[in-house]
Amino acid sequence: MPTFGLGHLWFLVVAAGWTLALSAIAFLGGGLIGFGIALARISDRRWLRAAATAYVQVVQGTPLLILLFMIYFGLAIAGFDQLPALIAAGAGLTVYASGFLGEIWRGCLESVPRTQWEAAECLALTRWQRLTRVILPQAMRIATAPTVGFLVQIVKNTSLASVVGFVELSQAGKLINNSTFQPFTVFIVVAAFYFIICYPLSAWSRGLERRLNVGRR
Amino acid sequence: MTYQFDFSALLPFWRDFADGVWLTLQLSAVSTVLGFVGGALCAIARADGPPWLKRIVGAYVEVIRNTPLLVQIFLVYFGIAVLGLRVDANVAAVLALVVNVVAYTCEIMRAGIESVHKAQIEAAECLGLTRAQIYWHVVLRPAIERVYPALVSQYVLLMLASSICSQISAEELTAVANRIQSDTFRSFETYIVVGLVYLALSFVVRWAFWGFGLLVFTRRRKLGTAL
Amino acid sequence: MSAVVKLANVHKSFGPVKVLDGVSFEVGRGEVVAMIGQSGSGKSTALRCINALETIEEGAIEVCGHRIHDDTLDKRALRQDVGIVFQSYNLFPHLTALQNVMLAPTCVKKIGRKEAEALGRDCLARVGLAEKAGHYPEQLSGGQQQRVAIARSLAMRPKVMLFDEVTSALDPQLTGEVLKVMEDLARDGMTMILVTHEMGFARRVANTVIYMRQGRIWESLPGSELANPQTAELRDFVGSGL
Repeated sequence: MPTFGLGHLWFLVVAAGWTLALSAIAFLGGGLIGFGIALARISDRRWLRAAATAYVQVVQGTPLLILLFMIYFGLAIAGFDQLPALIAAGAGLTVYASGFLGEIWRGCLESVPRTQWEAAECLALTRWQRLTRVILPQAMRIATAPTVGFLVQIVKNTSLASVVGFVELSQAGKLINNSTFQPFTVFIVVAAFYFIICYPLSAWSRGLERRLNVGRR
Repeated sequence: MTYQFDFSALLPFWRDFADGVWLTLQLSAVSTVLGFVGGALCAIARADGPPWLKRIVGAYVEVIRNTPLLVQIFLVYFGIAVLGLRVDANVAAVLALVVNVVAYTCEIMRAGIESVHKAQIEAAECLGLTRAQIYWHVVLRPAIERVYPALVSQYVLLMLASSICSQISAEELTAVANRIQSDTFRSFETYIVVGLVYLALSFVVRWAFWGFGLLVFTRRRKLGTAL
Repeated sequence: MSAVVKLANVHKSFGPVKVLDGVSFEVGRGEVVAMIGQSGSGKSTALRCINALETIEEGAIEVCGHRIHDDTLDKRALRQDVGIVFQSYNLFPHLTALQNVMLAPTCVKKIGRKEAEALGRDCLARVGLAEKAGHYPEQLSGGQQQRVAIARSLAMRPKVMLFDEVTSALDPQLTGEVLKVMEDLARDGMTMILVTHEMGFARRVANTVIYMRQGRIWESLPGSELANPQTAELRDFVGSGL
């Protein structure tokens, strides 16, 4: 039986690259859709609010694993059965991230006092101008810390992409373990990779939050 | 799209689904209880323990929170096997879930404990309460009450995350779904059904916690909306 | 000459509470009207109705030709003619004083940056804050913030200015600097409606004082006559303030 060696380590390094790539896709896609969800959640239109709420409830009330399966098989049924695993997994994680980011950002938008909307309205700004010129700049300041914090969740949750056949860090670890059967070595190294990616993000998020709290006092 | 949906193929398997739901709830409940107790202890240790213990707990929390649950589960499950112990997949699953949720509970509880004013503790000391009494009456109970909504969210997430145990062949709901979809070739339908079941479960769990909160926190009968 | 602002038999309720119960008055060009009364008497609500921040159930409001009670009201056109200043300033904290003032002219009136900046500095100078252009709201005192808020409204060259208890959140010495700015505006011929607790100011500056009570206009009189009220209620109210 082969033992864990440099070749395996290199395999993990490459897989870590895929973990990062998948995280980036999920964050960009999820951010884009999530922004729309956040806007829909604070919309004037009742049906739009209701639809966005339902979307968030479903995404947050379903395990990511099931979401991934549903989207993977759903895409296959819709005729996209030759999709690369990266895209299939990216689509699933995008839906997941959009549900959570949308809700995080809605909270940030709503934490800007209503009087700011009102003041902007009284200056004859359009609803879009009120949002982009007055509310968003303030909400974004509040949003950075929780957004970076959620980035950690995204990176960790890319580990589930293996179920639709994508070889990222965790799956690579599992493959190596299957041949070497040194679970402690393999999975501790894998965990260390995740830690190296996630810990700086966590620390950054905490720092941002501290600074914001100091700024508010 | 020419796909013909067929949910009826899943009907014969209703007992399997029910078993899966039952195991999912069992895994979640046990992990929640153990995770809460362990998390509370860790939070106390971190707030008031000796420096070395604070550092160990702090490191543990950071490591768990910055690595995926899946890797933690693999480590526990395959690790136990390599140590020569024969442990049921369900036990390994609970172990991994507890190790995971203790860290999150600890972090939430710590925020609650930190929000208790020093003056409250001083007041209790002046009344001659023992350290344990102070901890229970003045620190922990208000702290738990304050972070209860955050804990509930965490435990709902835990219930959903227990689906990951399917990856080490614990026969909970997701594992059942994986088996049935490969038996019936009705993958999409299977996961839609199971997704809806999880959705319903998450509402039920939330609702149960809400009711529990009403029972326990008599001072705040209005916890309702926040949960 | 026709009135700039005209309220006719305006009714408004919040749930079971009747806040405006048949309010009618007119404000001519260049006139200053002060609304006084206990809190909850409906004066702030009346002001907010004039700017279409609240909807009314009955009656009619016309402001600079805009019919507020009409479903087809163009709110943005209305707001270009009407400026409002709030008790809590509501400056935009992420923008400097100058940027606060420039925002609406650039966004709404689409005037160029250079021109807008000149306009902004001019408006800040009018409220005596030319040298604070680069400061953020949190670096300014309450009185200065409120003056920036006035400048921000002025930059839209409104035909009417509404002031909703603009000095209520300020210390007495800061109140003075804000009232001075408002007095200057009145002298320059600005049409103004203000809700205020400053009786001295109302008496000195307002052409008309409206005393609101229980959602109705209890008494209306020239500002100079404020020392001689006709009704016992206003006498009590003024007696406690002057």
